[in-house]
Amino acid sequence: MVLVLAIGDLHIPHRAPDLPPKFKSMLVPGKIQHIICTGNLCIKEVHDYFKSLCPDLHVTRGECDEDSRYPENKTLTIGQFKLGICHGHQVIPWGDLDSLAMLQRQLDVDILVTGHTHQFKAYKHEGGVVINPGSATGAYSSFTYDVNPSFVLMDIDGLRVVVYVYELIDGEVKVDKIDFKKTSTTRSAH
Amino acid sequence: MMINEAEDEEKWLAEGIAGIQHNAFYMHRALDSNNLREALKYSAQMLSELRTSKLSPHKYYDLYMRAFDELRKLEIFFKDEGKHGVSVVDLYELVQHAGNILPRLYLLCTVGSVYIKSKEAPAKEVLKDLVEMCHAVQHPLRGLFVRSYLAQISRDKLPDIGSEYEGDDGTVMDAVEFVLQNFTEMNKLWVRMQHQGPGRVREKQEKERNELRDLVGKNLHVLSQIEGVDLEMYKETVLPRVLEQVVNCKDDLSQYYLMDCIIQVFPDEYHLQTLETLLGACPQLQPTVDIKTVLSRLMDRLSNYAASSADVLPEFLQVEAFGKLSNAIGKVIETQVDMPAVGAITLYVSLLTFTLRVHPDRLDYVDLVLGACVKKLSNIPKLDDSRATKQVVALLSAPLEKYNDIVTALTLSNYPRVMDHLDNGTNKVMAMVIIQSIMKNNTCISTADKLDEDDFKDEQNSVARLIHMLYNNEPEEMLKIICTVRKHTMAGGPKRLPFTVPSLVFSALRLVRQLQGQEGDIVGEEVPATPKKIFQLLTQIIEDLSTVPSPELALRLSLQCAEAANDGDLEHVAYEFFTQAFVLYEEEIADSKAQVTAIHLIVGTLQRMNVFGVENRDTLTHKATGYSARLLKKPDQCRAVYACSHLFWVDDQDGVKDGERVLLCLKRALRIANAAQQMANVARGSSGPVTLFVEILNKYLYFFEKGNQQITGAAIQGLIELINTEKQSDSATPDSASDAFLASTMRYIQFQRQKGGIMGEKFESIKL
Repeated sequence: MVLVLAIGDLHIPHRAPDLPPKFKSMLVPGKIQHIICTGNLCIKEVHDYFKSLCPDLHVTRGECDEDSRYPENKTLTIGQFKLGICHGHQVIPWGDLDSLAMLQRQLDVDILVTGHTHQFKAYKHEGGVVINPGSATGAYSSFTYDVNPSFVLMDIDGLRVVVYVYELIDGEVKVDKIDFKKTSTTRSAH
Repeated sequence: MMINEAEDEEKWLAEGIAGIQHNAFYMHRALDSNNLREALKYSAQMLSELRTSKLSPHKYYDLYMRAFDELRKLEIFFKDEGKHGVSVVDLYELVQHAGNILPRLYLLCTVGSVYIKSKEAPAKEVLKDLVEMCHAVQHPLRGLFVRSYLAQISRDKLPDIGSEYEGDDGTVMDAVEFVLQNFTEMNKLWVRMQHQGPGRVREKQEKERNELRDLVGKNLHVLSQIEGVDLEMYKETVLPRVLEQVVNCKDDLSQYYLMDCIIQVFPDEYHLQTLETLLGACPQLQPTVDIKTVLSRLMDRLSNYAASSADVLPEFLQVEAFGKLSNAIGKVIETQVDMPAVGAITLYVSLLTFTLRVHPDRLDYVDLVLGACVKKLSNIPKLDDSRATKQVVALLSAPLEKYNDIVTALTLSNYPRVMDHLDNGTNKVMAMVIIQSIMKNNTCISTADKLDEDDFKDEQNSVARLIHMLYNNEPEEMLKIICTVRKHTMAGGPKRLPFTVPSLVFSALRLVRQLQGQEGDIVGEEVPATPKKIFQLLTQIIEDLSTVPSPELALRLSLQCAEAANDGDLEHVAYEFFTQAFVLYEEEIADSKAQVTAIHLIVGTLQRMNVFGVENRDTLTHKATGYSARLLKKPDQCRAVYACSHLFWVDDQDGVKDGERVLLCLKRALRIANAAQQMANVARGSSGPVTLFVEILNKYLYFFEKGNQQITGAAIQGLIELINTEKQSDSATPDSASDAFLASTMRYIQFQRQKGGIMGEKFESIKL
């Protein structure tokens, strides 16, 4: 069992002051093996905070990030899965699943983690799974008036990944889970 | 009934007074004629009036005072052996023959006073004798007063150090012992007063009982005045014995009063050194005791002590005062779950004041206190108690006043969290307090000399966060807040703007959304806060950035505003923001990487716009495509151009679907990709990877699926063949990434073919 935190679009301090306290109390150091961050932290303080939760931190560049040296996209292998990260402002139309599927094919990954829209999505298509962890702070987004703070925790176990999405709705943390399985014969997840 | 009772009491008091006066008259006669026997007889009779049970404490006190005055005269007579001829030793024996116990005791005490002064017996022995004999009166009210009498007359006769009674006649220890004993017995009597009478009567009794508390408390005062009671004795004897009685009496009225008494009466240095003992008693008290007030007063005293001189501060550190106090408070709040919010917060305000006085440099302590407050506040829904919110404002204002610097206060991580718990009205109050603080210290901020780079950043980020906390439900008020903050951030100079402007902009955009939600005619007065007005303000705010300059940030913000204007159906406003963005791009963004991002944002935003009419849309699209094709690096050009293809195809039902122009874009992208290959051939001797072609292929497939008639299966086939040719050419460089990409693309095509139905048929037309 490998826990991967997928989180992003915090926009601290420009659009939000901090992570919601209920999230902060859930995110404790030592429990998570990898952190995947879609970008738009925006400041070093947030980077350091994530680093304190887990030393294996992967960040891709969002358009508002203070540090422009983050890569545009990144791939990594965790267990049996190949993961790709990209903030998503580079993929036009924004939030378009077919265009994201193209990126997924290009990066040749089972799971593509992307952000920018501040809307949680977990979508399965022929080529794999696209996950958008939303905005962890519920930051302002031009996509929707109603941004609930959210993040995703993936539990990777062999050929199976369970995606837990944590959303803060009306002050309460709600959890949902989705199962994805990958067959070993094909190279993509179903 | 009550009136009758009061009338009756007046009557009895009058009778009692009359009785005293009557007997006093005869007593005076006896004194004048040196007649001891008669004096004793009439004084005893006079004192019998104090045997009454009919009077309330207040009235009894009246009676007592009259008797007291008369006893002074008697004492003078007793002292003068020449007048009555009886030695004080014999006198002491003689008065014990008085018939009733109460008069007997009063007379005994009076003689005792003379006895001690005469030094014919050790002070300690007389005192011991008297304090034990008083035991005989167990009636609470009468007992209390007779012991009070004892305390009064013994006050100046205690064998304190440096007093004339010290030595073999007694030591400080004896004095202390005497007072402690009297105190203990008096408290017991006082506590017993509550057990009489039912219900409403009891309420009245409680009130009356309360009036007597100073009689008990006086003993503690006496203890504090005894010279010989040094810290050692206080620590070893006095405090433990007093606390023992306080805890054991198990009476909330007494406990509250006495704890407070201890705190007020004994010196602050003593409290510091006995903090643990004192605080340790708190959990042992009755749960109904208002311990939080007691603790608050203790902390207030200690705070004042700390403020009195810098020399005392090390002592605080040495005894670990902060730790002990915050633990004690934590325990109290934990155990008293029903404590109302205002109580807990008052405690934290006291602790915070203490912390700011004693440990101003320990921001972590301050933050701890705020954190504990947050924890308590989290357990209750939004505060609606005005006193509680007043306290929270006090809590939040304290660091501001202390540090005289809004930014330091904001580095306290729990500061914003406390604010989260404020209701909107209080948030407004708080916002004003903070803004005033900024105003007050603005001169300090702008004249600040070389600030450390990182520190400066941290500070400004804190200010940025603060801005999000300034929130008001009323749009006009919110707009005022935004304008005020802007004014002050502007005054802070250009260096600060990149940090603070974004927060302001998003606050304003949120306000716009709020107003859009409040659609509908507003009857009556003019409503100054309208989206249009706010967009005007936004334009100005973004223009402020030109002083920095910060074009990339300004561009991003302009595009956000454009989208917001789009949502509000304000075509011209949206167009203006796009114009602003383009100007920034053309004139100020030179870095090639920044240009790529800027183009992505412009094209991505434009693609989502639905407010533009054909002309405006065309103008903007044309510009966007043009700039895309002129990016520095060919691959970037290629990608930007094919991204522009989406400008001509919007998937919702009213969206533009111009198949031809889509294809034109894709073909242009293809030409650029070709050119890139040729350039690579020339420059490096081998062509680059076919990735770009595969990307374009994917775009072809995208629009093919969406039903763009201009894109045929044949065209796609052609593109696939082109790619394969390129791959197999002599100058090709093998590249696994692009191979994998092509392979997955081909898999996708297969997948679609196998779908069957319309989609399957469509994809069948692609011959592989």
